Amino acid sequence: MATSELRTKDPGTDPATGEFRVIGQGQTFRSVTEKITRIVLTPHTPLGWFGFFAVAGAGTTMLLVALTWLFLKGVGIWAIAQPVAWGFAIINFVWWIGIGHAGTLISAILLLFKQQWRNSINRFAEAMTIFAVVCAAMFPVIHVGRPWLGYWLLPLPLTMDVWPQFRSPLMWDTFAVSTYATISVVFWYIGMIPDLGTLRDRSESKLAQYFYGMLSMGWRGSVRHWMRYETASLLLSGLATPLVLSVHTVISFDFAVAVLPGWHTTIFPPYFVAGAIYSGFAMVLTLAIPLRKFYGLEQLVTERHIDNMGKVMLATGFIVAYGYAMEAFMAWYSADHWEAFTFWNRAFGPMGWSYWVLITCNLAIPLTTLWSRKLRTSIAFMFFISIIVNTGMWFERFVIIVTSLTRDFLPSSWGTYRATKWDYMTYFGTIALFTFLFLLFVRLLPMIPMSEIRSMLPGAKIKPKAAVEAGD
Amino acid sequence: MPPREGTYGLLAEFDTPSDLVRAASRAYQDGWRRMDCYTPYAVEEAAEAIGFHRNKVPLLTLLGGLIGGAAMFALETWISVVAFPLNIAGRPTYSWPAFLVPAYEWTILWAGLSAGFGMLALNGLPSLYHPLFNAPNFRDGATTDKFFLCLEALDPKFDLTEAKAYLESLQPVSVVEVEY
Repeated sequence: MATSELRTKDPGTDPATGEFRVIGQGQTFRSVTEKITRIVLTPHTPLGWFGFFAVAGAGTTMLLVALTWLFLKGVGIWAIAQPVAWGFAIINFVWWIGIGHAGTLISAILLLFKQQWRNSINRFAEAMTIFAVVCAAMFPVIHVGRPWLGYWLLPLPLTMDVWPQFRSPLMWDTFAVSTYATISVVFWYIGMIPDLGTLRDRSESKLAQYFYGMLSMGWRGSVRHWMRYETASLLLSGLATPLVLSVHTVISFDFAVAVLPGWHTTIFPPYFVAGAIYSGFAMVLTLAIPLRKFYGLEQLVTERHIDNMGKVMLATGFIVAYGYAMEAFMAWYSADHWEAFTFWNRAFGPMGWSYWVLITCNLAIPLTTLWSRKLRTSIAFMFFISIIVNTGMWFERFVIIVTSLTRDFLPSSWGTYRATKWDYMTYFGTIALFTFLFLLFVRLLPMIPMSEIRSMLPGAKIKPKAAVEAGD
Repeated sequence: MPPREGTYGLLAEFDTPSDLVRAASRAYQDGWRRMDCYTPYAVEEAAEAIGFHRNKVPLLTLLGGLIGGAAMFALETWISVVAFPLNIAGRPTYSWPAFLVPAYEWTILWAGLSAGFGMLALNGLPSLYHPLFNAPNFRDGATTDKFFLCLEALDPKFDLTEAKAYLESLQPVSVVEVEY
């Protein structure tokens, strides 16, 4: 076939399978190590990094300004009021948590499925998870109005003798999100220990040796340690998998447990989880594409990764499409007046434009184009798609929260919603904070797991001769 | 208490994982027990070769998960039934289906923490100093691209000259003596 001939001529593909290679040809243990450690250990930080860092730092400062004013004046500076009491804070909370989910999916679920291609991207996907959870967890706390009383959410033996109410989904959220943040950090850090050992051994400055020496906890690569480490990684993946599914399920309960039309549906848990993975993979692409270009990592994050992520997005995108279709179907099939009206209001009401932005960004553009292998491996196109899907997924949460709340059962209590500049400053401020943290991570920690890449290289094969001798 | 002076062991360096696995399984067959391999990534065959088949991380994880889940469920029940009973839309104070969600999260939380920190504890980490870091070729190789076999002086068979000759017979790149 003409296409297969074309494929074998491409140096980026494996002639045996016609698939793109997971790792470029000619890499050795040392070359991979050098490539990744040099990014961190170089005394010459690229100028471009400082540029991005300055912009992200300025944005983070804007976030601090917005938060300071919020703490001084109260949540009234935002557009939230009756009937829309949730607004941007909860939209952003759900959006950020969703973005985090792809990191756990890549590191845990794909590990269980023995998808080795994930190795190059799992570390920065996990970092993305943690920073996204940092941004997400901030919103419910600042949204409660008196954030200094946020500790009331925890079951602490306080002198007031007041305890939390465990039948509320908001309490479930507290435990789901705090567990998710903790386990993500543990998983990420444990995964990094061997690589921190490599950085300790390869660094020339005393300061870096102390820094990475402390962080690596004295890792020395004993095979006994390695076996326990592998067991722990596998178990953590096995635990993170049900965790990641439960976190967005619990978040969807915040909505589904309420009686509001448009929220009170059983499709929410799977539909939220699929949407989370959809937007999360989009965010991984948004980060991976500039990173591989900027740091010259094309041999380690190859077209194969971009292509596979495109496929995952196509699959989860269709689950999301099914969710939208079911919402429309149930609005009709339930024969419930308010359900039907809510759906009509979403699509054709005063905020109907947001529904069509969502349909365009989440369904119309990605689900028609991601079928094409040519487009899936076009770097520029995939970057474009990743931005589109992230936008679409933000609007999905906007539609769910705002259109349902503005017009519920009683027309006399209908209202509208228009975000204020403080809403926008807080939202864009968290994007800047996320970028800020991510830039620090890229500069100070190994963004690609060297030990896992080493185990995939041709040099890692144990030759049969040794196996025979081991057996006798 | 292990001796804190003198020789920790002999460290043989190999270029490929195959050489290391071959040497390690030979040494194990020849009766060496106090030994370890050091590799830049997990080489399961090397662990098998030195007779390390099982570890206790799964047991710790199971215990951590069970304790975490049970503790959270008990706490929720105590709070809702005894310490601070609230009438929420007439629902029973002991609403066990609602309590399952935080209990489920804590099962995962404590199982995960037990897996991660249990692994570190069983490995004896953090331990920032180790005699092997004194070996001249260890730090350049063990976390990058070299494979090491170390025969430790605590092994009853260990005798400096004999062990050195034995290691040389396994065709390593080099053999060095490691001091405490």
